[in-house]
Amino acid sequence: MPDTAPAPDLCHDAIIIGGGVIGCAIARRLTLEGWNVALLEKAVDILDGASKGNSAILHTGFDAPSGSLEQQCVADGYAEYIDIHRRLNLSLDRAGALVIAWNDAEEAALPALMDQARANGVTDIAPLSAAQTRELEPELAQGVRASFRVPREYLVDPWSAPYAYLMQAVVNGARVVRNCTVSGGTYHGDHWQLETSRGAVRSRVVINAAGLYGDHVDTMLIGQNTYTIHPRKGQFVVYDKPAAALTRHILLPVPTKVTKGIVVCRTIWGNLLVGPTAEEQDARDTATLDPATLDSLRQRGAEILPALAAHELTALYAGLRPATEFKDYQISAHADRAYVSVGGIRSTGLSSALGTARHVHKLCAGLIERAPLPAPHWPQVPNLAEDGPRDWQCAGNGGIICHCEKVTRRDIETALSGPLRATSLAGLKRRTRVTMGRCQGNYCVAPLADITRGRLDQPIPGADDG
Amino acid sequence: MAESLQDAILIVGGGPSGLAAATALRRLGVPRVIVLEREPMAGGIPRHCGHYPFGLREYGRMMKGPDYARHLVRTAQEAGVEIRTQVTVTDLAPGPAVSVTGPSGPQVLAPRLVLLATGARETSRAARLLGGTKPGGVITTGTLQSMVYLHGQRPFRQPVILGTELVSFSAILTCRHLGIRPAAMIEPNGRTTARWPTALFPRLARVPLLLGTEITAIHGRDRVTSVSVRDTRGSRDIACDGVIVSGAFRPDAAVLQRSHLRIDPASGGPEIDQYGRCSDPDYFAAGNLLRAVETAGWSWREGWRMAQIMAEVLQRPLPDPSEDTITLNGDALAYCVPQRLAGSGGPSPLRGFQLRVNRAVKGTLVMRVDGQITTRKPVETLPERRILLPYPDTRNAGKIDITLDETA
Repeated sequence: MPDTAPAPDLCHDAIIIGGGVIGCAIARRLTLEGWNVALLEKAVDILDGASKGNSAILHTGFDAPSGSLEQQCVADGYAEYIDIHRRLNLSLDRAGALVIAWNDAEEAALPALMDQARANGVTDIAPLSAAQTRELEPELAQGVRASFRVPREYLVDPWSAPYAYLMQAVVNGARVVRNCTVSGGTYHGDHWQLETSRGAVRSRVVINAAGLYGDHVDTMLIGQNTYTIHPRKGQFVVYDKPAAALTRHILLPVPTKVTKGIVVCRTIWGNLLVGPTAEEQDARDTATLDPATLDSLRQRGAEILPALAAHELTALYAGLRPATEFKDYQISAHADRAYVSVGGIRSTGLSSALGTARHVHKLCAGLIERAPLPAPHWPQVPNLAEDGPRDWQCAGNGGIICHCEKVTRRDIETALSGPLRATSLAGLKRRTRVTMGRCQGNYCVAPLADITRGRLDQPIPGADDG
Repeated sequence: MAESLQDAILIVGGGPSGLAAATALRRLGVPRVIVLEREPMAGGIPRHCGHYPFGLREYGRMMKGPDYARHLVRTAQEAGVEIRTQVTVTDLAPGPAVSVTGPSGPQVLAPRLVLLATGARETSRAARLLGGTKPGGVITTGTLQSMVYLHGQRPFRQPVILGTELVSFSAILTCRHLGIRPAAMIEPNGRTTARWPTALFPRLARVPLLLGTEITAIHGRDRVTSVSVRDTRGSRDIACDGVIVSGAFRPDAAVLQRSHLRIDPASGGPEIDQYGRCSDPDYFAAGNLLRAVETAGWSWREGWRMAQIMAEVLQRPLPDPSEDTITLNGDALAYCVPQRLAGSGGPSPLRGFQLRVNRAVKGTLVMRVDGQITTRKPVETLPERRILLPYPDTRNAGKIDITLDETA
């Protein structure tokens, strides 16, 4: 069943274009500030673009350019995540990170990086010798020169968090319309009328959080764009759960001007991942996997943690970051047209989202007078993290459907119901982890096709013509 | 709270080897035998192999997989085996203590002995590093068969099949069952992995067999639309609406990976001695968990023989375990099961060393005990094919190493 179509008679306070992590966080912030919000997503489910593939790390912003908007949003977003994570039942693995130098040049770069961290307010860093580093991480390869520890770099669930943000918006009155492409719009002095694939919709303010299509949406709606998206692909390899025992910390390389480099870290679900690459490309909607590159990631992983060579891969993925020709975020308000463009949110979007949303609210606060909700609802999202309680540990769960990730029938039923129910297999995976384990759906695709028949807008192959 | 089952032998996995062992244990007088099966029905992989031939050696009858699976279950139940379905094992611990969960939540079972028979699974697309996009419709043979035979689904109409193992030909049979005609069968090696005359089969089924060909990328957004392939003549695209990644079986040892039991990284299964005994002597293992993959009949007989050993253990202990593992020389030798040989005792349920290679090889296998050559065996074989090597005659064996001397 599709989401309810936009209501043409209703004039929302704000329409947010794009259901990625940034759009979800803005929808939450504005709803909590008392605004009447609608979020439009062109894909069949939310988090389907840039937000679906990332490193799943909550960054402190220690290495962000000092004084940049990005650094401010990451710091604010980080603080708010820590503040609210328990109330929304968001995961948090306090892993900490090690920034590791492997050669002369990298070792020489460490002091400046530590200075930058302190300048960014991340003052609890600690320089470590090679021996101290290997004491903390005994599986690290020989050849470590030195490192420093960033204790508050954490691991999070990159899908449950934005899902929870939008869920909180929805239970407090926001409307979400998926399968809804914006095709044009006009500003009428006191409100916008947007044309969409699901009909016309009105709003006093429009916020462009269209991620990889941000520049296109700006051009379409305000006739200009001040930046151009240059998609940057990141490929990842994910190892099976036993590999997670090889490390405690997030193992970061010394970053370059272009990229944070290849990271080795556990995931909140108990796997271990290596990535991302940083590859410029033109296509905004496809991120192809390249076996030679993936194999080089595997080799890099084994160079950092030699024992990794004996471990099996569980999954591969590739994400696209909406990079621009500029280094910083591109957020601009057009007060004369009640329009805010939120663009160029590169790899730090997951960490900055809550802070970016606060920044956006500040930018458009003058446009509408509303009182914040006095007592908002705080929905709890299901825990998917390895270290927290899971449904398979409880009675009446209906039995396990996905054996690798221990996803129960009740987990799946929960994800298929409610105001933000999953509408595709990809959406169901992000809400439950089903098919994400080592067998990649070998055992559970067939029963899943049965359970979801007639309940997904994009059916599992085989379920529609069984 | 732990459910005490001190008189019981617990079997994890209700496929051919687990059910055969359970049935035999009951017939040998073991008072209580419990099989734990995580699926809604026991029977294992044969449940969704809707074709012949199964059961010839075990029951002297030619059966289709599902009939064979039902027969296994019925025989076990008639022998007094208790089968608990929809029970997933979550942890193995010394004791033995087996943590399980199911629709009614978690529980710990404390039996006398445990037999692990969790079987094998095919290698996923991800583990094979296949490139391209990630559309729906890329599945293993196991998924295809369970969709078709257990759930009445038809995932595609014109897939390509990657691989030429026995199971790959089984995939063709499954497709034919639904009137699906594969667009091609694709094999990176120069010859099929399964033995002649199966190579004739795709031609009979009018499926083009492309040897020496690699899939370089999978294309499509929601569903597969084509694959790119490369052979000695170059690259091209084949239109298709699905990809069956068949074979390349791995032991399904997930529950062991977090346990105290030692795993052999080479085989992917538990480290065992010739009695099927794991590094914790209260745990035994049989079937495709040991070495993926053998036929249902082979696994059944292994389970059946394992029951003799386990019943005997209840009466008197086996010889002490050995700490010496078998050494393999030569990079073509992938693994050897069992990985250890204990001192002399009763007959082994495993009938000798089972070896595999990781590439096409020709040469001689040489076994040495304490440096002395005891066995020489000529081999010419491909990956995924069984090589049997008898145990050395001197059953109080010393250090054993097995070398593959390749001939050019």
